[in-house]
Amino acid sequence: MTVHIKSHGDASDGAFAEAVGGRLSRVDGPAKITGAARYAVEQQLDGLVHAVLVDSTIAAGRVRAIETARAEAAPGVLKVLTPDSIVGLRTASDWFGTPPPDKPYFPLARDITFSGQHVAAVVAETFEQAVAAAALIEISYDETPAIVDLNDAKAGDGIPVDAMTKEWGDAPAAFAAAPVRICAAYNTPREYQAPMEPHGLIARWEDDRLTVWEPSQWLDGMARTYAEWFSVPFENVRLVSPYIGGGFGSKALALSHGAVAAYAARMLGRPVKLVLTRPQTFTGYGGRAATRQTVTIGAAQDGLIQSIVHRGVNETSIDGMWVEPLGSVTSIMYATPNFSSRQNVVRVNSVVPGAMRAPGENPSAFGIECAIDELAYEVGIDPLEIRLRNYAEQDPHARKAWSTRQLREAFATGAERFGWAARTPKPRSMRDGNQLIGWGVAAGTYPVRRAHGEAIVRILADGSVEVESSSIDMGQGTYTILAQTAAETLGVPADSVVVKLGDSRFPRAGVTGGSRLAGVMTGAVYKAATSALDQLVGLAISDPRSPFHALQANTLVVANGRIASPRGDGPDVSIAELLSGIGLDRIEASGDTMPANSTAEDRYKNYTTISMALPHTEGDYSRHSWCAHFIEVRVDEDFGTVRVSRVVSALDSGRLYNPKLAESQWKGGIIMGIGQALLEEGIVDRRHGRIVNNNLADYLVPTNADIPDIEVISVGIPDPHSSALGGKGVGELAIVGVAPAIANAVFHATGKRIRDLPITLEKLI
Amino acid sequence: MRDFDYIRPATIPDAVAAAAQPGSAYLAGGTNLLDLMKGGITSPERIVDITRLPELDRVEELPEGGLRIGALVRNADLAHDPSFAKAYPAVAEALLSGASAQLRNAATVGGNLLQRTRCSYFYDTASPCNRREPGSGCSALHGENRLHAVLGWSEACIATHPSDFCVPLVALDAVVEIEGKDGRRHVTLEEFHRLPGQTPQRETVLEPGDLIVAVRLPAEAASFAANARYLKVRERTSYAFAVVSAAAALTVEGGRIRAARLALGGVAAKPWRARAAEALLIGAPAEEASFLRAADAALAEATPSGDNAFKIELARRIVVRALTSALAGTPALMPALPASPFSNIPGARHDA
Ligand SMILES: Cc1cc2nc3c(=O)[nH]c(=O)nc-3n(C[C@H](O)[C@H](O)[C@H](O)COP(=O)(O)OP(=O)(O)OC[C@H]3O[C@@H](n4cnc5c(N)ncnc54)[C@H](O)[C@@H]3O)c2cc1C
Ligand code: SF4
Repeated sequence: MTVHIKSHGDASDGAFAEAVGGRLSRVDGPAKITGAARYAVEQQLDGLVHAVLVDSTIAAGRVRAIETARAEAAPGVLKVLTPDSIVGLRTASDWFGTPPPDKPYFPLARDITFSGQHVAAVVAETFEQAVAAAALIEISYDETPAIVDLNDAKAGDGIPVDAMTKEWGDAPAAFAAAPVRICAAYNTPREYQAPMEPHGLIARWEDDRLTVWEPSQWLDGMARTYAEWFSVPFENVRLVSPYIGGGFGSKALALSHGAVAAYAARMLGRPVKLVLTRPQTFTGYGGRAATRQTVTIGAAQDGLIQSIVHRGVNETSIDGMWVEPLGSVTSIMYATPNFSSRQNVVRVNSVVPGAMRAPGENPSAFGIECAIDELAYEVGIDPLEIRLRNYAEQDPHARKAWSTRQLREAFATGAERFGWAARTPKPRSMRDGNQLIGWGVAAGTYPVRRAHGEAIVRILADGSVEVESSSIDMGQGTYTILAQTAAETLGVPADSVVVKLGDSRFPRAGVTGGSRLAGVMTGAVYKAATSALDQLVGLAISDPRSPFHALQANTLVVANGRIASPRGDGPDVSIAELLSGIGLDRIEASGDTMPANSTAEDRYKNYTTISMALPHTEGDYSRHSWCAHFIEVRVDEDFGTVRVSRVVSALDSGRLYNPKLAESQWKGGIIMGIGQALLEEGIVDRRHGRIVNNNLADYLVPTNADIPDIEVISVGIPDPHSSALGGKGVGELAIVGVAPAIANAVFHATGKRIRDLPITLEKLI
Repeated sequence: MRDFDYIRPATIPDAVAAAAQPGSAYLAGGTNLLDLMKGGITSPERIVDITRLPELDRVEELPEGGLRIGALVRNADLAHDPSFAKAYPAVAEALLSGASAQLRNAATVGGNLLQRTRCSYFYDTASPCNRREPGSGCSALHGENRLHAVLGWSEACIATHPSDFCVPLVALDAVVEIEGKDGRRHVTLEEFHRLPGQTPQRETVLEPGDLIVAVRLPAEAASFAANARYLKVRERTSYAFAVVSAAAALTVEGGRIRAARLALGGVAAKPWRARAAEALLIGAPAEEASFLRAADAALAEATPSGDNAFKIELARRIVVRALTSALAGTPALMPALPASPFSNIPGARHDA
């Protein structure tokens, strides 16, 4: 169920479904439901051949020899690739655009730093032939000792990441002097994005031009990487990605399997398809890094925080660097006069971890939002009340005003809908037969990340409208909200707008990550549509062939696809009639959100790196989305099994461009959070570092039967400092705070603090 | 997947003859076999498709009482057959608690009995595994073994049999009807699966070519209909194998237990009939104290095979709960979440 509290400025107030803020259903829905939507690797190309990867089975060492003769002789085999057979690729720059070292790039590895690293590949006429031949390849290794994960005795304390240090006041001294002190360690395991659609691509070369059909959260960034690997101009690489079967952060970067497929395609002069197997999706790219945090809080008897000391560690790979910012929520959620947060990274023999829904904020909130609950029990104050007492009236770290922070409203509205007031504070005080019942609360937040985008809007001869952008829709609703934006700005029905996305030939867009795309692209489409409308009205007024020419008007009204004078006293014609009258077959305008005098180089950097993203604390404000989750769990007293039975979440994402789609993303985040709290964990074998549960039967994500009705409530108000149309971020916010709310509820139910995710049954019996 | 021959015999004798040749495998619903072939865990040279064989998809009442369930009856069809569910409610509940709706629509009775273990190392062809490659070693013994066996295991293999269906079946004295080179024979389900010993690769008593044609339930099995339950502890509510499970069936007269059946799932390489516990229950008062004693007896021989001591305590508790639930009576309607201790959650959905 979904409730709209209109007084909080949900932008759907009064809006009809097709306008911005309306509840228009996903325009791509019918194509997906009927199977008409064609995903990247479903393209049918003449001459297509198939590649299959062979991965390392040790975590550390060196490939001694690769026996390929039997595979080469197998039916249908066109080529067996090994580390030595891929020559001439160059190392590409990273996503910050840091110039790369002038070094060759080897997508197949001889030096092994993790189990599952790609070592060889087979290309054959059919997929089955490639699989059969791949099984004939024998690889021998010289194995060296590996550090399999963060808990490995050899892992050590890691490397300090100074850029993550945040300190003010004298936190250790204030902690030592505080009358109430708590200190606890919180751990999260490796977690995986597990998108339904596995990673894969089809690569085709025509001379020195490369086309790649590949699910992508960032066409222009990935095109840049391919161009740099193969030393061809950026313009020569075309990425096509019309639909994406889930990314959750994992589909933003070109990966080594892409280089292998594109290399094979060039070598063979034929299009090559390569799709990771489900087990390979656990090692072909990184999931969320495992993390450890200690949170110490010093407070007064009345629960007022005097000091927070926070230490975090996340794992990274042997030769890559992934920092999961663990102090990101710790440093802004509560007011404290003294604060210290530092972080290390530890190198382990794993693939380099990557972005997964709310990287940083997600584990960070697990630490601080559990710790504040522990403090609440220590001083005997209601967990909701203690959060209000320590409410941060401004950003405690940046010391700037919040652009908007409807967190108080979220607490109040959520508590009321949930019925929090009826909670009995004592652990184990609520039960139903064999089930212990617990109620928990936690807050979440995600920064407003801003970048820039471009779009083209065309009004065609038949009055229909086309929008083009190289941004993407991975299910979050880009197709729909851009149609709504163009429809509202131009005054045409949304079903006469066709939105085209997912082709790097279209006007460019930066990465779809960090919940930034909606804010960026609605802004660009709004600008392009406004300028198309200006052209249309300008021509209608000034063109001698226009029926409005004689009117001497200085403006006209366009609504529902028709043009009329504001007072309704003149002609009233459709856009199509006007265009044919003045002899035009289209009006076209482009729009972007780049600063006025941006150079071509600025634009290239903006779209192909993340280095131009605007800090969320730029200028006078600190910009974030906020939420509060209220969750009921039931714990079987004998079996220790936990199920979530009720969720009420109140969220502030600013203005919602389409509440229906925003709610659906919030619910998706909450569901993923339930999985994170109770089920998800990549289990690492201590001997060879392989992920033991590398498939969807053993890596458990929630099923429908695990998910109760979820009530999400928008408490946001338009935030003019965050985006052109007033929205903040939607996609990542809602997962943040779910796991601590569940852990807190489990404590309330059972009296046991589980500080290691996931909360599996043996931790409770 | 490797190349293989595909044979679709028209008669049972043809099927048996074809499958008796080395390197053959029967194909029923394919939900387990095809996964194993795609992963390279098994690579049969010859697939004998039995899905078109006549008369194996029937459920028949036997003249002498009891029921004969054809090997090709789909798991979902059996569970949703109203007269079957009424007479053998714990079996229907076990079936509906297994896998997902899609898998249950495809999976067959014979295939369910013969499904292979879910031990991760069995699936990981880069790891030694005695069951997959005799003599190569057991990776689970010193590896990840949280969900492995606590009863009947050996150092050669600590895997469990994952079936739900088999647990109430073994409790109710089900018999497997097998057609082989030398004709037809009957083996009790209790003897059908083997414990690993030194030969974990020999999972059942079947010989090459042996075809399961039916599973029989004796007349007495229906006498427990009023007090029979299957309960399954799993980490997520649906589409998950049992951590431990139990089937319990009682007949009670004047507050005393007249007959008792008890079996455990997820604890051993076979569905585990708890005969010592049954013996203690028969004649005992129908109350918690008796159930606690039965639970201790059922797990008396249990030892952890690794990081899984919690399963022993969990199994004890599920025995008590299953017996308590059976005593309370078979629910008139199949619970919304079959076999789940959480079926009473408000709004629980019927899609387990
Ligand atoms: C993701 C997943 C989750 C699952 N969860 C559960 C669960 O929770 N509980 C549960 O009980 N099961 C579960 N299953 C297993 C499922 O029940 C089995 O895969 C299914 O019952 C096998 O039946 P089938 O007809 O598809 O067998 P097939 O895959 O066709 O065959 C399996 C084996 O039996 C042999 N065989 C089949 N029929 C005969 C016959 N008549 N005579 C001789 N040999 C034969 C085949 O040669 C093969 O070796 C799950 C499976 C999957 C994939
Ligand atoms: S427990 Fe059995 S199936 Fe698992 S690795 Fe050991 S021998 Fe193989």
